[in-house]
This record gives sequence, structure tokens and C-alpha cells, in this order.
Amino acid sequence: MVNKIWLGMLLIGFGFAAYKGDINLVTKAAFEGAETGVTVCFGLISVLVFWMGIMKLAEDSGLVAKISKLLGPVVRFLFPDVPKNDPAMGYILSNMSANLLGLGNAATPMGIRAMQELQRLNPDKTTASPAMCTLLALNTASITLIPTTLIAIRNTYHSANPAEIVGSTLLATAIATLAAVFADRWYRRRAPYPPVPPAGAANSPPPPTARSASAGWGEGT
Amino acid sequence: MIAFIPLYAFFRKIPVYESFVEGAKGGFSTAIGIIPHLVGMMVAISVFRASGAMDFLIGLAAPLVRWLHIPPEVLPLGILRPLTGTGSLAFTTDLIKTYGPDSMIGRIASTIQGSTDTTLYVLTVYFGAVGIRNGRYALKVGLFSDLVGFVAAIFVCLLLFG
Repeated sequence: MVNKIWLGMLLIGFGFAAYKGDINLVTKAAFEGAETGVTVCFGLISVLVFWMGIMKLAEDSGLVAKISKLLGPVVRFLFPDVPKNDPAMGYILSNMSANLLGLGNAATPMGIRAMQELQRLNPDKTTASPAMCTLLALNTASITLIPTTLIAIRNTYHSANPAEIVGSTLLATAIATLAAVFADRWYRRRAPYPPVPPAGAANSPPPPTARSASAGWGEGT
Repeated sequence: MIAFIPLYAFFRKIPVYESFVEGAKGGFSTAIGIIPHLVGMMVAISVFRASGAMDFLIGLAAPLVRWLHIPPEVLPLGILRPLTGTGSLAFTTDLIKTYGPDSMIGRIASTIQGSTDTTLYVLTVYFGAVGIRNGRYALKVGLFSDLVGFVAAIFVCLLLFG
């Protein structure tokens, strides 16, 4: 998909420039674009290095764990079919906390771990369980408190107040997340799925790459 | 935040400096890692814009969105955002560079970029990691929340900064 869009943009740009009779424009624009790309990345280094250092402190000091504890009731409401003390819960919580803090890079590994634990509870290994869909919905909307990268870019271009978008981002992301949760609940009711077997009843967790043959509904109880 | 987190960590007897440096290392590789993506996308956007193709497309959609008080310049971002994180980041950067970070377009673009995520990437990575082939309604929910986030970002900005 991205491949086609990328090529499409280049070709359409080329076509328009040819139509205008100024092909050199393409070469010039291409190198300008490349330069901007590198300049922006270098501008990002300072802010990213600093914030990721701070966030590591938040993680090591147990601050992320604390936020996880606060989120507990919310997560139990969102994932009613995940057993209360299942390891999946822990990973879901750390994934959400990392997302909240804008730790995109830390959120992904935890999200994948959560998915693996949910897969262990999933009776049909090739089809997403409702809990998996909910986790995904939360991650695509991704509540964000501090959009670090954006503040960095605004800083690079001399914004008078680089952080002024924190409030608007928080509000917009909250609305998007609410929409995701409602849509998820709506689909969840419409598309029935066999109940998750109680914790411990499932056999040893399969490796993440395991692909059992599609066994259809009702397997695993 | 900047003062609180290190202090909190210090009182929890964490080796603050070492811990900071260890996390900070990741920041450098992240920034370097997105260079190829950003350069690739910036080249395509730059060519697309300089050739006049962008203005042509925006011109087509302009009457409708202007009627809704939406700056037409941010429209491509709504399509790009769920597809490619670095691509939309490049586009946002381009908008901020062209119109200024404190313009309405700059603020809206920043908010859109910050408030939704690359649905297709998240879907591929998360489901791919555990071998899920049938994602059921997950993509629909993801795209729906992207759309809501896009519209919400615009109206929140018009409300807060307008």
C-alpha cells in the first residue's frame, strides 16, 4: 500500500512537471526533500535522546508500574474475558502506561508480549479474539500525554510555544480513544466468540510463531 | 515533569545518571533509524508539491472542506496518517516548515500527528507477531477511530486556537 502511494506520488509529480515543461524541477525538489529529511532527523536527536533517558528513569523507578496500578479498574472493564491475575493483564497494563507517556518505542514490545499472552488464551490461533481486537483498538488510537516528537519538530522550526499542542492532542486523542472503545464494544456484541477457557486450563503457551491448523469455533474448552 | 521524575527515581535509590544514559542511548538510534524513511517520504512529497500536483488535488477538494472550515492543506494527512507513520511525520514536518508551527495549519497538523497512530503498522506488527491471520473487525475499528481522531483534532484546534 505504502509502496504504491510512494511510487504514485513520484510519478504523478513527474507527470505534472513534464506537463509544465520543467523536468529539472523534479531533481531539484527531490534533493531539497532529502535534505529536509536529514535536517529534521538531526533536530530530533537531542529531544529524543533526552526524553528517552527521562522515560527510562520513570520505568526503573517504578513510576510506570504505579500508573499501571491506577489503570487497573479501567483495564478490567475493557477486558472482561481476561482472568484477573493472568500475566496478560500485566502486559496490557504496561502497554497502556507506556502509550500514555508517549513511549511509542517501549509500548510496542509490551503490546506484542500482551498479544502473545492473549494468544495463549485464544481458542482459535489464526483468528483474533475479542480481547486482541480491544488491545489493538486502544493501540491504534493511542492516548498520548506528551507528543515528544511533535514538540521537537515544532521546536526545530522556532515555534513560540512548542508545547501548546499538548492540550489539543490530549483532547483529540481522548475522543478518538472513546470512539475506538465504543466501536470495539459494538462489534464485540455483534460478533459472538467462544468464551476464553479459565487460566491454567490452557496447555503450555505455544511459541509466538505457532500456527495450528484452523480448528474453527469451539475448540479449547 | 523534568524535575520530578529524576527526583522520584533518586529517592527510590535508582542510579539516576546511569539509568538516564542507558535509556538515552535508544533515542539516538531511534532518530538515526528514521532517517531513511523520512528522506524517502520527503523526496516524494517534495516532488509532488513542487510539480503542482498537490495544489491541483487540494483545489479539487477545497470547496467542500472550506465549507466545513477545514484548511484543505491538512487533507492529505488524514489519508497518510493510518498508512505510514514516518510518511505522515514527513508530511506534517513539511506543513510546519511551509506554514509555520504556530499557524492554524501547523497546529492542526501537529495535533493530528500526535493524536492518532499508524493503524496499519500496528495491526501488521501486533497480529503478525502472534500469527493471527483473521483480524475480524479490528481494522474497521482502527480506521474508524482514525477518522474520529482526524476530525476531532481539527475541531479541537479550531476551538482552542481559533
